[in-house]
Amino acid sequence: MNPLLELNHVSYTYHSKSGETCALSDISFWVYPSEFIAIVGPSGCGKSTMLSLISGLLPAESGSILFHGKTDKSKIGYMLQRDHLFEWRTIYRNITLGLEIQHRLNEESRLRVEKMLKDYGLERFRNARPGELSGGMRQRAALIRTLAPDPELLLLDEPFSALDYQTRLSVCDDVSAILRKEKKTALLVTHDLSEAISMADRILVLTRRPARLRAILDVKFAAEEQLTAEPAGLSSREANADNTSAPKIKKRLTPLERRNAPEFQGYFNLLWKELNADEDR
Amino acid sequence: MRTDKKEFLSISASQKEYLKKSKQRQHRILAIRILILALFLLLWETAVRQGWIDGFIFSSPSRAAKTFLQMWKDGSLLRHTSVTLAETLASFALVVLLGIGCAVLLWYNTALSEILEPYLVVLNSLPKSALAPLLIVWLGANLKSIIVSGISVAVFGTILNLYTGFTEMDPDKIKLIYTLQGTKKDVLSKVILPGTLPLVLGNMKVNIGLCLVGVVIGEFIGAREGLGYLIIYSSQVFKLDILILSILILCGIAMLLYGVLNLLEKRVARRS
Repeated sequence: MNPLLELNHVSYTYHSKSGETCALSDISFWVYPSEFIAIVGPSGCGKSTMLSLISGLLPAESGSILFHGKTDKSKIGYMLQRDHLFEWRTIYRNITLGLEIQHRLNEESRLRVEKMLKDYGLERFRNARPGELSGGMRQRAALIRTLAPDPELLLLDEPFSALDYQTRLSVCDDVSAILRKEKKTALLVTHDLSEAISMADRILVLTRRPARLRAILDVKFAAEEQLTAEPAGLSSREANADNTSAPKIKKRLTPLERRNAPEFQGYFNLLWKELNADEDR
Repeated sequence: MRTDKKEFLSISASQKEYLKKSKQRQHRILAIRILILALFLLLWETAVRQGWIDGFIFSSPSRAAKTFLQMWKDGSLLRHTSVTLAETLASFALVVLLGIGCAVLLWYNTALSEILEPYLVVLNSLPKSALAPLLIVWLGANLKSIIVSGISVAVFGTILNLYTGFTEMDPDKIKLIYTLQGTKKDVLSKVILPGTLPLVLGNMKVNIGLCLVGVVIGEFIGAREGLGYLIIYSSQVFKLDILILSILILCGIAMLLYGVLNLLEKRVARRS
Protein backbone atom coordinates (compact mmCIF):
# COMPACT_ATOMS: atom_id res chain seq x y z
CA MET A 1 0.00 0.00 0.00
CA ASN A 2 1.27 3.46 -0.87
CA PRO A 3 1.65 5.89 2.00
CA LEU A 4 -0.83 8.75 2.13
CA LEU A 5 1.69 11.10 3.66
CA GLU A 6 5.49 11.00 3.57
CA LEU A 7 7.84 13.17 5.57
CA ASN A 8 11.43 12.83 4.40
CA HIS A 9 14.17 14.46 6.48
CA VAL A 10 12.10 17.52 7.30
CA SER A 11 13.71 20.35 9.28
CA TYR A 12 12.42 23.74 10.25
CA THR A 13 13.96 26.79 11.93
CA TYR A 14 12.19 29.91 13.17
CA HIS A 15 14.00 33.17 12.56
CA SER A 16 13.54 36.29 14.65
CA LYS A 17 15.65 39.33 15.49
CA SER A 18 16.69 37.80 18.80
CA GLY A 19 18.06 34.73 17.05
CA GLU A 20 17.04 31.50 15.41
CA THR A 21 15.25 28.55 16.96
CA CYS A 22 15.57 25.14 15.44
CA ALA A 23 12.13 23.60 15.94
CA LEU A 24 12.33 20.37 13.95
CA SER A 25 15.36 18.41 12.93
CA ASP A 26 15.45 15.61 10.38
CA ILE A 27 11.96 14.18 10.87
CA SER A 28 10.93 11.24 8.68
CA PHE A 29 7.84 9.08 8.87
CA TRP A 30 5.05 7.72 6.70
CA VAL A 31 1.33 7.64 7.29
CA TYR A 32 -0.91 5.04 5.64
CA PRO A 33 -4.55 5.43 4.66
CA SER A 34 -7.07 5.11 7.54
CA GLU A 35 -4.31 5.04 10.14
CA PHE A 36 -4.62 7.04 13.35
CA ILE A 37 -1.26 8.45 14.39
CA ALA A 38 -0.57 10.32 17.60
CA ILE A 39 2.46 12.54 18.08
CA VAL A 40 3.60 13.11 21.65
CA GLY A 41 6.48 15.10 23.01
CA PRO A 42 7.40 17.62 25.68
CA SER A 43 5.46 20.87 25.46
CA GLY A 44 6.96 23.44 23.14
CA CYS A 45 8.95 20.84 21.23
CA GLY A 46 7.59 21.79 17.83
CA LYS A 47 4.60 19.48 17.50
CA SER A 48 2.31 22.23 16.23
CA THR A 49 5.01 23.41 13.84
CA MET A 50 5.01 19.95 12.34
CA LEU A 51 1.28 20.17 11.63
CA SER A 52 1.69 23.62 10.10
CA LEU A 53 4.37 22.19 7.82
CA ILE A 54 2.27 19.19 6.81
CA SER A 55 -0.77 21.36 6.08
CA GLY A 56 1.36 23.64 3.94
CA LEU A 57 0.85 26.74 6.12
CA LEU A 58 4.62 26.87 6.57
CA PRO A 59 7.14 25.85 3.91
CA ALA A 60 9.63 23.20 5.03
CA GLU A 61 13.17 24.53 5.27
CA SER A 62 14.66 21.30 4.07
CA GLY A 63 13.36 17.83 3.29
CA SER A 64 10.11 17.03 1.57
CA ILE A 65 6.52 16.50 2.61
CA LEU A 66 4.48 14.56 0.08
CA PHE A 67 0.77 13.90 0.13
CA HIS A 68 -0.24 11.15 -2.29
CA GLY A 69 3.31 11.50 -3.58
CA LYS A 70 2.66 15.12 -4.56
CA THR A 71 3.07 18.51 -2.93
CA ASP A 72 -0.59 19.51 -3.32
CA LYS A 73 -2.03 19.81 0.19
CA SER A 74 -5.59 20.80 -0.62
CA LYS A 75 -7.12 17.55 0.70
CA ILE A 76 -5.69 18.00 4.18
CA GLY A 77 -7.96 19.23 6.97
CA TYR A 78 -6.57 20.94 10.05
CA MET A 79 -8.40 21.24 13.36
CA LEU A 80 -6.97 23.83 15.73
CA GLN A 81 -6.71 23.71 19.49
CA ARG A 82 -9.66 26.01 20.14
CA ASP A 83 -12.86 25.82 18.10
CA HIS A 84 -12.78 29.46 16.87
CA LEU A 85 -16.43 29.31 15.87
CA PHE A 86 -17.39 32.78 14.71
CA GLU A 87 -19.98 34.40 16.95
CA TRP A 88 -21.31 36.42 13.99
CA ARG A 89 -22.29 33.24 12.12
CA THR A 90 -24.84 30.56 12.98
CA ILE A 91 -23.58 27.03 13.63
CA TYR A 92 -24.62 26.00 10.13
CA ARG A 93 -22.79 28.89 8.50
CA ASN A 94 -19.76 28.22 10.69
CA ILE A 95 -19.70 24.62 9.54
CA THR A 96 -19.96 25.56 5.86
CA LEU A 97 -17.21 28.18 6.16
CA GLY A 98 -14.58 25.99 4.48
CA LEU A 99 -16.91 25.05 1.63
CA GLU A 100 -17.81 28.70 1.20
CA ILE A 101 -14.16 29.73 1.00
CA GLN A 102 -13.37 26.98 -1.50
CA HIS A 103 -16.51 27.80 -3.54
CA ARG A 104 -17.71 24.24 -3.14
CA LEU A 105 -21.06 24.94 -1.51
CA ASN A 106 -23.27 22.88 -3.78
CA GLU A 107 -26.08 20.36 -3.59
CA GLU A 108 -23.76 17.46 -2.82
CA SER A 109 -21.71 19.18 -0.13
CA ARG A 110 -24.85 20.59 1.49
CA LEU A 111 -26.28 17.08 1.74
CA ARG A 112 -23.08 15.84 3.35
CA VAL A 113 -23.20 18.66 5.91
CA GLU A 114 -26.88 18.00 6.59
CA LYS A 115 -26.13 14.34 7.21
CA MET A 116 -23.26 15.10 9.58
CA LEU A 117 -25.38 17.62 11.48
CA LYS A 118 -28.02 14.94 11.91
CA ASP A 119 -25.60 12.10 12.70
CA TYR A 120 -23.66 14.05 15.28
CA GLY A 121 -26.58 15.62 17.12
CA LEU A 122 -26.21 19.24 16.09
CA GLU A 123 -29.25 19.59 13.86
CA ARG A 124 -31.22 21.21 16.64
CA PHE A 125 -28.58 23.94 16.89
CA ARG A 126 -28.08 24.69 13.20
CA ASN A 127 -29.42 28.24 13.58
CA ALA A 128 -27.99 28.78 17.06
CA ARG A 129 -25.03 31.05 17.77
CA PRO A 130 -21.84 29.32 19.01
CA GLY A 131 -22.26 30.98 22.42
CA GLU A 132 -25.36 28.89 23.05
CA LEU A 133 -23.47 25.58 22.75
CA SER A 134 -21.53 23.66 25.39
CA GLY A 135 -17.80 23.18 25.02
CA GLY A 136 -18.19 19.61 23.81
CA MET A 137 -20.78 20.52 21.20
CA ARG A 138 -18.67 23.43 19.99
CA GLN A 139 -15.75 21.07 19.47
CA ARG A 140 -18.00 18.71 17.55
CA ALA A 141 -19.14 21.62 15.37
CA ALA A 142 -15.50 22.53 14.77
CA LEU A 143 -14.78 18.94 13.72
CA ILE A 144 -17.68 18.93 11.27
CA ARG A 145 -16.41 22.25 9.88
CA THR A 146 -13.06 20.56 9.27
CA LEU A 147 -14.70 17.48 7.74
CA ALA A 148 -17.15 19.39 5.52
CA PRO A 149 -14.67 19.96 2.65
CA ASP A 150 -14.11 16.17 2.80
CA PRO A 151 -10.36 16.05 3.55
CA GLU A 152 -8.50 12.74 3.20
CA LEU A 153 -6.10 13.46 6.03
CA LEU A 154 -7.06 15.19 9.26
CA LEU A 155 -4.55 17.04 11.42
CA LEU A 156 -5.67 17.49 15.03
CA ASP A 157 -3.73 19.96 17.15
CA GLU A 158 -4.54 19.13 20.79
CA PRO A 159 -8.23 19.48 19.98
CA PHE A 160 -9.34 18.56 23.50
CA SER A 161 -6.92 20.54 25.62
CA ALA A 162 -9.32 23.46 26.10
CA LEU A 163 -12.03 21.18 27.53
CA ASP A 164 -12.59 20.10 31.11
CA TYR A 165 -11.63 16.52 31.92
CA GLN A 166 -15.08 14.95 31.80
CA THR A 167 -16.05 16.64 28.53
CA ARG A 168 -12.66 15.73 27.21
CA LEU A 169 -13.20 12.01 27.68
CA SER A 170 -16.59 12.05 25.99
CA VAL A 171 -15.51 14.32 23.13
CA CYS A 172 -12.51 12.06 22.65
CA ASP A 173 -14.91 9.11 22.22
CA ASP A 174 -17.10 11.21 19.93
CA VAL A 175 -14.30 12.34 17.67
CA SER A 176 -12.81 8.90 17.49
CA ALA A 177 -16.19 7.42 16.49
CA ILE A 178 -16.81 10.15 13.91
CA LEU A 179 -13.39 9.71 12.33
CA ARG A 180 -13.86 5.94 12.23
CA LYS A 181 -17.27 6.36 10.62
CA GLU A 182 -16.04 8.84 8.04
CA LYS A 183 -12.99 6.57 7.41
CA LYS A 184 -10.50 9.38 7.83
CA THR A 185 -6.77 9.16 8.31
CA ALA A 186 -5.75 11.29 11.25
CA LEU A 187 -2.66 12.77 12.82
CA LEU A 188 -3.20 13.86 16.41
CA VAL A 189 -0.77 16.07 18.28
CA THR A 190 -1.07 15.88 22.06
CA HIS A 191 0.94 16.12 25.24
CA ASP A 192 -1.52 13.84 27.01
CA LEU A 193 -0.08 10.31 26.93
CA SER A 194 -3.34 8.60 27.89
CA GLU A 195 -5.12 10.37 25.10
CA ALA A 196 -2.55 9.20 22.59
CA ILE A 197 -2.75 5.58 23.75
CA SER A 198 -6.53 5.60 23.84
CA MET A 199 -6.89 6.78 20.25
CA ALA A 200 -3.89 5.91 18.14
CA ASP A 201 -2.66 2.98 16.03
CA ARG A 202 0.86 4.29 16.22
CA ILE A 203 2.49 6.85 18.48
CA LEU A 204 5.46 8.96 17.43
CA VAL A 205 7.57 10.18 20.32
CA LEU A 206 9.48 13.42 19.80
CA THR A 207 12.47 14.67 21.75
CA ARG A 208 12.80 18.10 23.25
CA ARG A 209 13.57 21.03 20.92
CA PRO A 210 14.93 20.74 18.32
CA ALA A 211 12.47 17.90 17.95
CA ARG A 212 13.78 14.67 16.51
CA LEU A 213 11.91 11.42 16.22
CA ARG A 214 12.83 9.39 19.31
CA ALA A 215 10.69 6.33 18.74
CA ILE A 216 7.61 4.91 17.09
CA LEU A 217 5.28 2.84 19.22
CA ASP A 218 2.76 0.45 17.68
CA VAL A 219 -0.34 0.38 19.84
CA LYS A 220 -2.07 -3.00 19.84
CA PHE A 221 -4.80 -4.26 22.08
CA ALA A 222 -5.57 -7.97 22.37
CA ALA A 223 -9.29 -7.26 22.24
CA GLU A 224 -8.79 -5.61 18.86
CA GLU A 225 -6.30 -8.10 17.47
CA GLN A 226 -7.93 -11.48 17.70
CA LEU A 227 -5.88 -12.65 14.73
CA THR A 228 -2.35 -11.49 15.41
CA ALA A 229 -1.49 -11.23 19.06
CA GLU A 230 2.10 -10.17 18.60
CA PRO A 231 3.66 -8.26 21.47
CA ALA A 232 3.73 -4.53 21.16
CA GLY A 233 7.11 -2.92 21.00
CA LEU A 234 9.10 0.09 20.16
CA SER A 235 10.87 0.27 16.86
CA SER A 236 13.79 2.60 16.57
CA ARG A 237 13.71 5.67 14.38
CA GLU A 238 16.00 4.05 11.84
CA ALA A 239 13.69 1.09 11.58
CA ASN A 240 10.65 3.19 10.80
CA ALA A 241 11.20 3.16 7.05
CA ASP A 242 10.40 -0.55 6.86
CA ASN A 243 7.76 -0.31 9.52
CA THR A 244 5.17 -0.54 6.82
CA SER A 245 2.73 -2.97 8.37
CA ALA A 246 -0.40 -1.31 7.06
CA PRO A 247 -3.28 -1.65 9.51
CA LYS A 248 -5.98 -4.07 8.53
CA ILE A 249 -9.63 -3.22 8.93
CA LYS A 250 -10.30 -4.45 12.41
CA LYS A 251 -12.55 -4.01 15.36
CA ARG A 252 -11.58 -0.98 17.39
CA LEU A 253 -12.14 -0.30 21.04
CA THR A 254 -13.44 3.14 21.91
CA PRO A 255 -10.93 5.38 23.68
CA LEU A 256 -12.73 4.79 26.96
CA GLU A 257 -12.65 1.01 26.51
CA ARG A 258 -8.98 1.21 25.70
CA ARG A 259 -8.31 3.11 28.91
CA ASN A 260 -9.77 0.12 30.77
CA ALA A 261 -7.90 -2.52 28.75
CA PRO A 262 -5.10 -4.45 30.52
CA GLU A 263 -2.39 -3.27 28.10
CA PHE A 264 -3.07 0.42 28.73
CA GLN A 265 -0.83 0.81 31.77
CA GLY A 266 2.07 -0.93 30.02
CA TYR A 267 1.96 1.46 27.10
CA PHE A 268 1.73 4.37 29.46
CA ASN A 269 4.86 3.33 31.32
CA LEU A 270 6.68 2.71 28.08
CA LEU A 271 5.85 6.18 26.75
CA TRP A 272 6.65 7.78 30.08
CA LYS A 273 10.08 6.16 30.06
CA GLU A 274 10.75 7.30 26.51
CA LEU A 275 9.83 10.89 27.26
CA ASN A 276 11.80 11.02 30.48
CA ALA A 277 14.88 9.45 28.95
CA ASP A 278 15.02 12.71 27.10
CA GLU A 279 14.94 14.68 30.37
CA ASP A 280 17.82 12.74 31.86
CA ARG A 281 20.20 13.44 29.08
CA MET B 1 -36.69 23.58 27.47
CA ARG B 2 -40.06 23.17 29.14
CA THR B 3 -38.71 23.75 32.60
CA ASP B 4 -36.91 26.86 31.37
CA LYS B 5 -40.16 28.30 30.20
CA LYS B 6 -41.87 27.47 33.45
CA GLU B 7 -39.17 29.15 35.45
CA PHE B 8 -39.42 32.11 33.16
CA LEU B 9 -43.15 32.43 33.73
CA SER B 10 -42.99 32.20 37.49
CA ILE B 11 -40.32 34.72 38.43
CA SER B 12 -39.42 34.49 42.08
CA ALA B 13 -40.48 37.27 44.42
CA SER B 14 -36.92 38.41 45.03
CA GLN B 15 -36.23 38.58 41.28
CA LYS B 16 -39.40 40.66 40.84
CA GLU B 17 -38.23 42.95 43.61
CA TYR B 18 -34.83 43.32 41.97
CA LEU B 19 -36.34 44.15 38.55
CA LYS B 20 -38.68 46.67 40.13
CA LYS B 21 -35.82 48.37 41.95
CA SER B 22 -33.62 48.64 38.89
CA LYS B 23 -36.49 50.10 36.88
CA GLN B 24 -37.18 52.64 39.62
CA ARG B 25 -33.55 53.65 39.59
CA GLN B 26 -33.64 54.22 35.82
CA HIS B 27 -36.70 56.41 36.15
CA ARG B 28 -35.11 58.43 38.92
CA ILE B 29 -32.02 59.08 36.83
CA LEU B 30 -34.11 60.25 33.87
CA ALA B 31 -36.19 62.50 36.12
CA ILE B 32 -33.09 64.15 37.59
CA ARG B 33 -31.63 64.70 34.13
CA ILE B 34 -34.75 66.53 32.99
CA LEU B 35 -34.89 68.44 36.26
CA ILE B 36 -31.34 69.77 35.78
CA LEU B 37 -32.23 71.08 32.31
CA ALA B 38 -35.45 72.66 33.54
CA LEU B 39 -33.70 74.31 36.51
CA PHE B 40 -30.96 75.64 34.26
CA LEU B 41 -33.46 77.19 31.84
CA LEU B 42 -35.52 78.57 34.71
CA LEU B 43 -32.48 80.14 36.38
CA TRP B 44 -31.35 81.65 33.07
CA GLU B 45 -34.76 83.13 32.35
CA THR B 46 -35.14 84.47 35.88
CA ALA B 47 -31.66 85.98 35.90
CA VAL B 48 -32.43 87.93 32.72
CA ARG B 49 -35.91 89.03 33.88
CA GLN B 50 -34.61 90.13 37.27
CA GLY B 51 -31.85 92.09 35.61
CA TRP B 52 -29.03 90.02 37.18
CA ILE B 53 -27.49 89.58 33.72
CA ASP B 54 -27.99 91.53 30.53
CA GLY B 55 -30.49 89.85 28.18
CA PHE B 56 -28.91 91.57 25.19
CA ILE B 57 -25.62 89.78 25.75
CA PHE B 58 -26.76 86.55 27.41
CA SER B 59 -30.06 86.13 25.57
CA SER B 60 -32.66 84.02 27.36
CA PRO B 61 -34.73 80.91 26.71
CA SER B 62 -37.79 82.97 25.86
CA ARG B 63 -35.83 85.25 23.49
CA ALA B 64 -34.25 82.20 21.83
CA ALA B 65 -37.71 80.66 21.46
CA LYS B 66 -39.05 83.85 19.91
CA THR B 67 -36.14 83.96 17.47
CA PHE B 68 -36.74 80.31 16.67
CA LEU B 69 -40.36 80.95 15.73
CA GLN B 70 -39.45 83.97 13.68
CA MET B 71 -36.67 82.22 11.76
CA TRP B 72 -38.80 79.15 11.34
CA LYS B 73 -41.51 81.21 9.67
CA ASP B 74 -39.18 82.89 7.18
CA GLY B 75 -37.56 79.51 6.42
CA SER B 76 -33.99 80.66 7.11
CA LEU B 77 -33.54 78.38 10.11
CA LEU B 78 -34.51 75.27 8.23
CA ARG B 79 -32.17 76.23 5.38
CA HIS B 80 -29.13 76.81 7.62
CA THR B 81 -29.80 73.70 9.68
CA SER B 82 -30.33 71.44 6.70
CA VAL B 83 -27.16 72.73 5.01
CA THR B 84 -25.06 71.95 8.09
CA LEU B 85 -26.74 68.57 8.51
CA ALA B 86 -26.23 67.65 4.86
CA GLU B 87 -22.56 68.69 4.93
CA THR B 88 -22.02 66.69 8.12
CA LEU B 89 -23.65 63.58 6.71
CA ALA B 90 -21.70 63.88 3.45
CA SER B 91 -18.36 64.21 5.23
CA PHE B 92 -19.31 61.41 7.61
CA ALA B 93 -20.13 59.06 4.74
CA LEU B 94 -16.81 59.89 3.10
CA VAL B 95 -14.93 59.41 6.39
CA VAL B 96 -16.46 55.94 6.78
CA LEU B 97 -15.59 54.96 3.22
CA LEU B 98 -12.10 56.48 3.28
CA GLY B 99 -11.38 55.24 6.79
CA ILE B 100 -12.33 51.63 6.11
CA GLY B 101 -10.73 51.73 2.65
CA CYS B 102 -7.39 53.07 3.85
CA ALA B 103 -7.34 50.81 6.93
CA VAL B 104 -7.91 47.78 4.67
CA LEU B 105 -5.15 48.95 2.34
CA LEU B 106 -2.71 49.36 5.24
CA TRP B 107 -3.71 45.95 6.61
CA TYR B 108 -3.12 44.36 3.20
CA ASN B 109 0.27 45.97 2.82
CA THR B 110 2.29 45.81 6.02
CA ALA B 111 5.26 47.62 4.48
CA LEU B 112 3.01 50.51 3.43
CA SER B 113 1.58 50.82 6.94
CA GLU B 114 5.07 50.86 8.47
CA ILE B 115 6.17 53.56 6.02
CA LEU B 116 3.11 55.75 6.53
CA GLU B 117 2.74 55.37 10.30
CA PRO B 118 4.61 58.57 11.37
CA TYR B 119 2.73 60.64 8.79
CA LEU B 120 -0.62 59.37 10.02
CA VAL B 121 0.31 60.01 13.63
CA VAL B 122 1.34 63.61 12.87
CA LEU B 123 -1.75 64.29 10.75
CA ASN B 124 -3.94 62.79 13.47
CA SER B 125 -2.55 64.98 16.27
CA LEU B 126 -2.48 68.15 14.15
CA PRO B 127 -5.26 70.58 15.18
CA LYS B 128 -7.47 70.45 12.10
CA SER B 129 -8.77 73.99 12.59
CA ALA B 130 -5.31 75.02 11.40
CA LEU B 131 -6.06 73.41 8.05
CA ALA B 132 -9.42 75.10 7.44
CA PRO B 133 -8.07 78.47 6.20
CA LEU B 134 -5.72 76.61 3.88
CA LEU B 135 -8.56 74.51 2.48
CA ILE B 136 -10.61 77.63 1.77
CA VAL B 137 -7.72 79.13 -0.18
CA TRP B 138 -7.02 75.94 -2.07
CA LEU B 139 -10.53 74.73 -2.78
CA GLY B 140 -12.47 78.00 -2.63
CA ALA B 141 -15.21 79.17 -0.33
CA ASN B 142 -17.68 76.48 -1.28
CA LEU B 143 -19.33 73.27 -0.20
CA LYS B 144 -16.31 71.21 -1.23
CA SER B 145 -13.89 72.81 1.23
CA ILE B 146 -16.41 72.58 4.06
CA ILE B 147 -16.92 68.86 3.48
CA VAL B 148 -13.16 68.33 3.23
CA SER B 149 -12.78 70.26 6.48
CA GLY B 150 -15.29 67.87 8.10
CA ILE B 151 -13.41 64.87 6.72
CA SER B 152 -10.01 66.15 7.84
CA VAL B 153 -11.01 66.23 11.49
CA ALA B 154 -12.13 62.59 11.63
CA VAL B 155 -10.41 60.62 8.92
CA PHE B 156 -6.86 60.15 10.27
CA GLY B 157 -8.03 58.99 13.68
CA THR B 158 -10.43 56.58 11.98
CA ILE B 159 -7.71 55.07 9.81
CA LEU B 160 -5.36 54.58 12.76
CA ASN B 161 -8.08 53.25 15.01
CA LEU B 162 -9.49 50.75 12.50
CA TYR B 163 -6.05 49.63 11.34
CA THR B 164 -5.05 48.90 14.95
CA GLY B 165 -8.30 46.98 15.39
CA PHE B 166 -7.64 44.96 12.25
CA THR B 167 -4.13 43.99 13.34
CA GLU B 168 -5.31 42.98 16.81
CA MET B 169 -7.57 40.24 15.44
CA ASP B 170 -6.88 36.83 17.04
CA PRO B 171 -4.13 35.27 14.88
CA ASP B 172 -5.64 31.80 15.35
CA LYS B 173 -8.90 32.95 13.75
CA ILE B 174 -6.84 34.07 10.77
CA LYS B 175 -4.94 30.78 10.80
CA LEU B 176 -8.29 28.97 10.69
CA ILE B 177 -9.10 30.62 7.36
CA TYR B 178 -5.75 29.51 5.96
CA THR B 179 -6.29 25.95 7.21
CA LEU B 180 -9.51 25.96 5.18
CA GLN B 181 -7.42 26.91 2.11
CA GLY B 182 -8.54 30.53 2.23
CA THR B 183 -6.55 33.51 0.95
CA LYS B 184 -5.82 36.90 2.48
CA LYS B 185 -8.97 38.15 0.78
CA ASP B 186 -11.00 35.51 2.65
CA VAL B 187 -9.35 36.55 5.91
CA LEU B 188 -10.52 40.08 5.23
CA SER B 189 -14.08 39.27 4.25
CA LYS B 190 -14.74 36.37 6.65
CA VAL B 191 -12.83 37.41 9.77
CA ILE B 192 -11.47 40.96 9.84
CA LEU B 193 -14.49 42.89 8.58
CA PRO B 194 -17.27 40.98 10.37
CA GLY B 195 -15.13 40.58 13.49
CA THR B 196 -14.40 44.28 13.81
CA LEU B 197 -17.93 45.47 13.06
CA PRO B 198 -18.49 46.55 16.70
CA LEU B 199 -15.25 48.55 16.54
CA VAL B 200 -16.30 50.20 13.27
CA LEU B 201 -19.67 51.16 14.72
CA GLY B 202 -18.14 52.51 17.93
CA ASN B 203 -15.74 54.50 15.82
CA MET B 204 -18.58 55.89 13.71
CA LYS B 205 -20.30 57.10 16.86
CA VAL B 206 -17.29 59.25 17.72
CA ASN B 207 -16.75 60.35 14.11
CA ILE B 208 -20.14 61.83 13.46
CA GLY B 209 -19.48 64.34 16.25
CA LEU B 210 -16.02 65.10 14.88
CA CYS B 211 -17.44 65.66 11.39
CA LEU B 212 -19.88 68.17 12.82
CA VAL B 213 -16.97 69.99 14.47
CA GLY B 214 -15.05 70.08 11.18
CA VAL B 215 -18.05 71.29 9.20
CA VAL B 216 -18.78 74.12 11.64
CA ILE B 217 -15.11 75.19 11.54
CA GLY B 218 -15.29 75.21 7.74
CA GLU B 219 -18.50 77.24 7.82
CA PHE B 220 -16.92 79.78 10.17
CA ILE B 221 -14.42 80.68 7.51
CA GLY B 222 -15.87 80.17 4.10
CA ALA B 223 -19.63 79.83 3.94
CA ARG B 224 -22.74 81.82 3.19
CA GLU B 225 -25.07 79.22 4.68
CA GLY B 226 -25.15 76.85 7.61
CA LEU B 227 -25.14 77.12 11.39
CA GLY B 228 -21.41 77.89 11.55
CA TYR B 229 -21.97 80.83 9.21
CA LEU B 230 -24.98 81.89 11.29
CA ILE B 231 -22.89 81.87 14.47
CA ILE B 232 -20.12 84.03 12.98
CA TYR B 233 -22.60 86.37 11.30
CA SER B 234 -24.73 86.88 14.39
CA SER B 235 -21.69 87.51 16.60
CA GLN B 236 -20.49 90.17 14.17
CA VAL B 237 -23.83 91.98 14.09
CA PHE B 238 -24.33 91.33 17.81
CA LYS B 239 -27.56 89.37 17.43
CA LEU B 240 -26.83 87.02 20.30
CA ASP B 241 -30.31 85.51 20.28
CA ILE B 242 -29.48 83.98 16.91
CA LEU B 243 -26.07 82.85 18.16
CA ILE B 244 -27.52 81.12 21.21
CA LEU B 245 -30.25 79.55 19.11
CA SER B 246 -27.67 78.21 16.64
CA ILE B 247 -25.67 76.66 19.45
CA LEU B 248 -28.79 75.06 20.88
CA ILE B 249 -29.65 73.61 17.48
CA LEU B 250 -26.09 72.27 17.13
CA CYS B 251 -26.60 70.53 20.50
CA GLY B 252 -29.80 69.03 19.11
CA ILE B 253 -28.11 67.84 15.90
CA ALA B 254 -25.20 66.29 17.83
CA MET B 255 -27.62 64.46 20.10
CA LEU B 256 -29.76 63.25 17.21
CA LEU B 257 -26.83 61.91 15.16
CA TYR B 258 -25.28 60.19 18.15
CA GLY B 259 -28.65 58.72 19.05
CA VAL B 260 -29.21 57.25 15.59
CA LEU B 261 -25.78 55.59 15.56
CA ASN B 262 -26.22 54.36 19.11
CA LEU B 263 -29.46 52.70 18.05
CA LEU B 264 -27.74 51.12 15.04
CA GLU B 265 -24.94 49.82 17.25
CA LYS B 266 -27.37 48.28 19.71
CA ARG B 267 -29.34 46.64 16.93
CA VAL B 268 -26.20 45.06 15.46
CA ALA B 269 -25.03 43.95 18.90
CA ARG B 270 -28.33 42.22 19.51
CA ARG B 271 -28.22 40.45 16.15
CA SER B 272 -24.83 38.83 16.74
